Amino acid sequence: MSLLEFIFPPGFLANGPVHTALIVGAGAAIVSAVVGVFTVLRGQSFAGHALADVSSAGGSAAFLLGINPLLGFLGVAALAAGGMEWADVRDARERDLVTGVMLGVGLGLTALLLYLDTLRGSTSGAAIAVLFGSMFTIPASIVPLALAVAGAALVAIGAIYRPLLLSSLSADLAQAQGAGVRRTGLVHALALALAVSLAAMTVGAILSTALLIGPAAAALRLADRPGRALAWAVLIGWAATWGGILLAYDSFYWTPGHGWPVSFFIVMLIFIAYLLAGLVGRWLTPRSLERPA
Amino acid sequence: MFSDFMTNTWIVATLVAVVAGVVGFFVVVRRAAFAAHVLPLGAFPGAAAASLLGVSELAGIVVFSGLGVLGISQLQRWDRREVATALWLAVALALGTLFLSMTREYSQGLYALLFGEVLGVSSRAIVPVAVLSSIAIAMTALLFRPLLLDSLSPELAEAAGAASRWLELAFLAVLALATATALPVVGALMVFSLMVGPASAARMFSDRPGTALALTIGLSLATVWGSIALSYLSDWPVGFFVGTLAGLSYAAGRVTGVTGEGR
Repeated sequence: MSLLEFIFPPGFLANGPVHTALIVGAGAAIVSAVVGVFTVLRGQSFAGHALADVSSAGGSAAFLLGINPLLGFLGVAALAAGGMEWADVRDARERDLVTGVMLGVGLGLTALLLYLDTLRGSTSGAAIAVLFGSMFTIPASIVPLALAVAGAALVAIGAIYRPLLLSSLSADLAQAQGAGVRRTGLVHALALALAVSLAAMTVGAILSTALLIGPAAAALRLADRPGRALAWAVLIGWAATWGGILLAYDSFYWTPGHGWPVSFFIVMLIFIAYLLAGLVGRWLTPRSLERPA
Repeated sequence: MFSDFMTNTWIVATLVAVVAGVVGFFVVVRRAAFAAHVLPLGAFPGAAAASLLGVSELAGIVVFSGLGVLGISQLQRWDRREVATALWLAVALALGTLFLSMTREYSQGLYALLFGEVLGVSSRAIVPVAVLSSIAIAMTALLFRPLLLDSLSPELAEAAGAASRWLELAFLAVLALATATALPVVGALMVFSLMVGPASAARMFSDRPGTALALTIGLSLATVWGSIALSYLSDWPVGFFVGTLAGLSYAAGRVTGVTGEGR
């Protein structure tokens, strides 16, 4: 067996579900990385994670109703993002609590919907698919919608890039310059909802946080300019996702008859990138954009 | 509902509610809702690993809660608090998916582990829960003043000789202990809801820490007892009621609160 064949086992590149996973996974990774950089800068990691978890209520509702799961995730995530931004809580402690309480209510709803799912005869498969993702079972018919969602999120971020960056780095300065801070916040929240629901469908609701925060946190340790940080985040997220899919496919050959989960490899690759970024970043830039609070 | 086989459930649930109330008070004061969410969720892979190795579930949960405390506080030295918390969550859950994929029969238990299971608490399960609860409450009592001071004014606490970093570590350890007791009953996804809901409502009614703490414990007991009763009667998952009741307590506090907090 040649090395190339060892890395890319026969059938990898010709496999339908693998193709779909590669396309949707890349879309989710890129969008999450871009939105994630702003989410980390704005100190909204908890909100980003909460949105993903809450969107799982939509995913489980979609399972129950038999509709397109992406639409389920998307609908609830957009509603929750709009609601959170509308509540507009300035005080940091109150924001933490509102997010937490909303997360609890959303997860409680997920519990109920998944339970009703099992009553209708389906097994615990729905719970695993909603919470932990199902990369290789994404239907190919979802690809156009997934790409449209990814494109919409990127366009939204691109349209407000400058004011968003300004308000993420210094909300007071942005306010003083009269750059519509609230509108920017709302657009960012909606882009976050799009990114999170795409990621929730691929790597699962509770692991989508890895795609959102991991590459962004690693990139911010590497780069001291926003443009470079975005580029690094996209690169890390994308490479980890494709690497994870490849490793998961390979793992069928390591332990015959039993593949290792894709999400496991993706998260581990992202975490390794984060650790390496810390080492490289310290040596590369003595002063980084990101400071621990 | 009050038959013999439910007696153990009521005892364990009461312990869980008291611990969650005490710890939840500090979760709210310290803005630690994210950590309170991540520690239990990051401990659930421990339960999956324990079933793989054939050891006690509680042991796995305790070990992974401990790892969570160390992981989060190590990552906090490199990055801001919530990024560190999010990264630990990702790593722990990635391990969890790996363990889950290795056992076929476990996926049935997964749902109970995530969303709670009130039936079938064995008598043997009571002792470890009681021991862990006592340690958690004793530690909180010891740390009560420095924790409160540090939460309200880190500079003042520093001046009084309490290092913020060690207090954060001790607080995370208490949180982890509370997690280990509550997780099997309320579920990994819902533990934090029980901590955040009652405490966030209580602080609306009193500015005094002692009164607010007592109110928190009372509301926490009401939430847990109510959720178990409703779950028993309707057969719906206990997690749904915990989440909803916690949301209602918060809303009630916002609407009728007298202290002006959160306005």
